[in-house]
Amino acid sequence: MFDNLSDKLDAVFKKLRGHGRLTEKQIKETMREIRLVLLEADVNFRVVRDFVATVSDRAVGQDVLKSLTPAQQVIKIVREELARLMGDGEDNSLKLAAKPPVSLMLCGLQGAGKTTSCGKLALKLRRDKRNPLLVPADVYRPAAIEQLKTLGRQLGIEVFDSTINDKPVDICSRARRYAELNGFDTIIFDTAGRLHIDTELMGELKGIVQAVAPQEILFVADAMTGQDAVTVAASFNEQLPLTGVILTKMDGDARGGAALSIRAVTGKPVKLVGMGEKLDALEVFHADRMAQRILGMGDVLSLIEKA
Amino acid sequence: SKTQSSLVGRVDSLLRGRTEIDEELLEDLEEVLITADLGMKTTQHLIQALETRLAAGRLTDPEQVRELLKAELKKILALESRPVDFSSASPFVMMVVGVNGVGKTTTIGKLANQLSRAGHKVVLGAGDTFRAAAAEQLEVWGKRAGVEVIRHAEGADPAAVAFDAAKAAVARKADILLLDTAGRLHTKVNLMEELKKVRRVLDREISGAPHEILLVLDATTGQNALTQARMFHEAVGLGGIALTKLDGTAKGGIVVAIAAELNVPVRYVGIGEKLDDLRPFDADMFVSALFERS
Ligand SMILES: Nc1nc2c(ncn2[C@@H]2O[C@H](COP(=O)(O)OP(=O)(O)OP(=O)(O)O)[C@@H](O)[C@H]2O)c(=O)[nH]1
Ligand SMILES: Nc1nc2c(ncn2[C@@H]2O[C@H](COP(=O)(O)OP(=O)(O)OP(=O)(O)O)[C@@H](O)[C@H]2O)c(=O)[nH]1
Ligand SMILES: [Mg+2]
Ligand SMILES: [Mg+2]
Repeated sequence: MFDNLSDKLDAVFKKLRGHGRLTEKQIKETMREIRLVLLEADVNFRVVRDFVATVSDRAVGQDVLKSLTPAQQVIKIVREELARLMGDGEDNSLKLAAKPPVSLMLCGLQGAGKTTSCGKLALKLRRDKRNPLLVPADVYRPAAIEQLKTLGRQLGIEVFDSTINDKPVDICSRARRYAELNGFDTIIFDTAGRLHIDTELMGELKGIVQAVAPQEILFVADAMTGQDAVTVAASFNEQLPLTGVILTKMDGDARGGAALSIRAVTGKPVKLVGMGEKLDALEVFHADRMAQRILGMGDVLSLIEKA
Repeated sequence: SKTQSSLVGRVDSLLRGRTEIDEELLEDLEEVLITADLGMKTTQHLIQALETRLAAGRLTDPEQVRELLKAELKKILALESRPVDFSSASPFVMMVVGVNGVGKTTTIGKLANQLSRAGHKVVLGAGDTFRAAAAEQLEVWGKRAGVEVIRHAEGADPAAVAFDAAKAAVARKADILLLDTAGRLHTKVNLMEELKKVRRVLDREISGAPHEILLVLDATTGQNALTQARMFHEAVGLGGIALTKLDGTAKGGIVVAIAAELNVPVRYVGIGEKLDDLRPFDADMFVSALFERS
């Protein structure tokens, strides 16, 4: 449906004619289409509104490059602004330089992909010549500890011993001491899925943060999330000092507008992207590619690139 | 619940104190509908219906707006609660499908408990042999619900689990078999083929099975849920939908578009992680909760 955004825009411009400079009328019509595309891509309503305003301002009165149609010109601006909003050119690497053991904590809604991402991170870090310890701090979800233990076994990476009768904060404190004594340089804490409105469980996360002072507190978000992404991400970000985002399930066909929404309300960089269920399916995030994906236009943009 | 009251609150504050309907009100309503994940198509449909009546001068009171929206939504949803008729076959086989992490296994656990409490003999099949500790997770739920779980080792063929589960259900004279499946994205062709194979195996063992294929959707999912529903429906044919995680702040509005397009009823809603947190879907409640004063 979106692959023809540029066709749609071309049609708009054909109707409107006009050469040389983009007129306000052209831009207004175009923005209506762009707005639709972004909303259909699950970008939050308010984020879309602000975005459209920014792009319109930038586009008014711009010269149309000789090599581009007016439609392409507007798309070029849209894509640049989107990539900028997604944090293009910004440092989104994991911060692991502190004195070891360095701690990473993953948190997020139920089923987002935290436990799987813990396994993926452990593998990635070991490939970077680090020595990670996995810590299961989810005592609520049935067999959550067993799930992480299984991943650890598959990877040959040690998983801290905990049981569902332990308190998550205690597990994390003990694991930290264990890591110090046993030469682990990195600790990855898997926490239970929880709702941002669950004050008790959010309090538990604050307790873990206090106990182990993680260098990275990563919010794990499902790329298929809809309009609610802003509410959830903003709330996690208010209650915890998040340092970044892991966007999961990007191997599907969701446009992933949630990424833009989350980025816009938290200002925290998306650091990694989950691209599948296998443990090596973790990739570095590229703002520009995300922008293209949200717009749903690979080919058109490569055309513009050549222009 | 909090979910619903927040949206209700918003619609109410939109309507409260207004004596006439203007463009601004329509725009505000558009925001409410879109942020509930109803999608552009449904939203535009509803707004247009309002505008038409507005133009005809038949809509003068903001209070009417609420009533009209409710009526239109119900019409689109073509909703009446349609519970599963578990007594229509014996054993009645339900296969539960959906993308990763939406709440399939949990929903099965809750459902097993309800059905078993209602006096049915229930057997569970651990058809997810892929995800780490998926069978262990189902076993915990089986224990909670007091029902037997048929499982194989991790990495086993899910069709073989389905085969054994069907055999066991017949041998134990069970009334109901609930079969869990691994989460899979609707875009993974080979995994969708695997589901078809599981379905065929069930049918071979128990003629007419599965009698219901239940798609689990996560209420926090946005527009992609429509594609999920389409593709799962196309691949295996859906009997119903369970909408989970409605205890959060997401509204699950996309099911309106799904019901309209596919005519698949929403059967259940999930409202938490506990054993009792599964309810039959109630169309009136769903729609009213969106637009009525709390
Ligand atoms: N396709 C795909 N599936 C993923 C990805 N990441 C995780 N999953 C799957 O999503 C489901 C949920 O993943 P988990 O890691 O258990 O999620 P979680 O956040 O730990 O869940 P809770 O602990 O219950 O809150 C599993 O089926 C995973 O295999 C991804 O990048 N792509
Ligand atoms: N808040 C809330 N959480 C739920 C609900 N239903 C399920 N969950 C949680 O969502 C997470 C994923 O649930 P599962 O039942 O494992 O989901 P699944 O679809 O079987 O996941 P995979 O098998 O990995 O694809 C778990 O943490 C559940 O406790 C619900 O209605 N509300
Ligand atoms: Mg987990
Ligand atoms: Mg499952």
